[in-house]
Amino acid sequence: MPGSPDIGTSRRDVFLAGAACAAAPGAAGAHAQNAAAAEAPSMTGVAFTVNGTPRNLVLDTRTTLLDALREHLHLTGSKKGCDHGQCGACTVMVGGRRINACLSLAVMHEGDTITTIEGLGTPGDLHPMQSAFISHDGYQCGYCTPGQICSSVAMLEEIKAGIPSHVSGDLNRVALSEAEIRERMSGNICRCGAYSNIVEAIVEVAGRQA
Amino acid sequence: MRPFTYERAASPAEAAAAAARNPEARFIAGGTNLLDLMKLRIEAPAHLIDVNHLGLDRIEETPEGGLRIGAMVRNTDLAAHAKVRRDYAVLTRALVAGASGQLRNKATTAGNLLQRTRCPYFYDTDMACNKRSPGAGCAAIGGFTRHHAVLGTSDACIATHPSDMAVALRVLDASVETVKADGTTRSIPMADFHRLPGDTPHVETALEQGELITAVTLPPPAGGVQLYRKVRDRASYAFALVSVAAIVQRDGSGRVALGGVAHKPWRLEAAEAELKRGAKPASDSLLAGARPTPHNEFKLRLAERAIASVLAEGRN
Repeated sequence: MPGSPDIGTSRRDVFLAGAACAAAPGAAGAHAQNAAAAEAPSMTGVAFTVNGTPRNLVLDTRTTLLDALREHLHLTGSKKGCDHGQCGACTVMVGGRRINACLSLAVMHEGDTITTIEGLGTPGDLHPMQSAFISHDGYQCGYCTPGQICSSVAMLEEIKAGIPSHVSGDLNRVALSEAEIRERMSGNICRCGAYSNIVEAIVEVAGRQA
Repeated sequence: MRPFTYERAASPAEAAAAAARNPEARFIAGGTNLLDLMKLRIEAPAHLIDVNHLGLDRIEETPEGGLRIGAMVRNTDLAAHAKVRRDYAVLTRALVAGASGQLRNKATTAGNLLQRTRCPYFYDTDMACNKRSPGAGCAAIGGFTRHHAVLGTSDACIATHPSDMAVALRVLDASVETVKADGTTRSIPMADFHRLPGDTPHVETALEQGELITAVTLPPPAGGVQLYRKVRDRASYAFALVSVAAIVQRDGSGRVALGGVAHKPWRLEAAEAELKRGAKPASDSLLAGARPTPHNEFKLRLAERAIASVLAEGRN
């Protein structure tokens, strides 16, 4: 560069030199290293199947199922909303049952069969619930939609299996109704407020299945 | 989240022994509450012991005619179990009144009992909390207390226990079965399982270090009309302001426990002796000694009316 003396040092070299200083041994340095060791990540291997494909990962034990799917397997259909199990945007199916992927450790899913929105349908071959969400305009911004769809598909299976809900009048005879759908979908928040269209989409798919 | 090592326990006794050896270890079952708290560093275990694969996921009939519910039975499966729906309906009703479908699919029987309070001052790590840091003080006292306890409180803590399931288990006279680190087992009545806050609100249950819940046992069915009424700010997916679990018999006798009002499910057998005289004398007795704040005084009238409503429905 004209007018600038070439000191033969890149930005990267400066960062590396800084890192070496930080790790330099000495009384204070040893203490810092012990603290760092106590906080060092612990890595564990885990094997599970996602959308029909066997996957083997070595993960920091802290990795949630949601982060494993999104950051390690690059299946970004499952969304991170609250990351605390309150919004449902991360809903996936494990062994056919819907769960919040953000509140589950990936290493606890050894041998499990996981289905995400990417495994339900493809752009050329949509799942009936995906088609129904489109035809009923069951979304606005779309961020909660993968969770809504995974949740609703698994939720209809729960009704078929006779699992009661808070609004079931008779615990031993669970019948499909709009009230049942609304109650059972309360773990999926839509801040755009597309709820009435979401319910219409689910009713249409439930009707076709019945 | 603080880094942690992870192991899958091989047996309940080994899990208990491993936890007793390491004060920084925690059991993890469904994880729906523990992980939430670990992300906030309210819980910061250095080691997790996974207790999901110990064969504790079955519901069996006991020789006495009751039910033995494995500690790892998911809330959904417990609520949907045919015998629970038929003979212990108050338990099904309480379970499906709590959380969301996704959470109930993961949350376990033991984990539900051990979930921590949802007091916002407990969750906010910038606030003083005697549960989080014993001796730090309680920012909830004198704060915004609409959701807090009105019964059994102390000067150290006014948090409530958030479980719906626990209120039903209390009214059903359930017992909590455990194994300790030395391999011995014991059975703790629900009445004694959760503690009042007193001076040690961080000690929430009767469990010892490393003691693992293996099952919850229900006595033979109590019959009657079994009801759970939950009053909350939203129609679904919200914690109780007040809840009532009730078993009402034909002759007007019965059992009543309250949720959302104390550090544990609130039941007084003496108050139940008043049930035949009516809802008012029974709730007066049950709510005696309440110490509400101006923000949560409404819970007393709400509880009284919820009890009256449930008894009317049960005797109908």
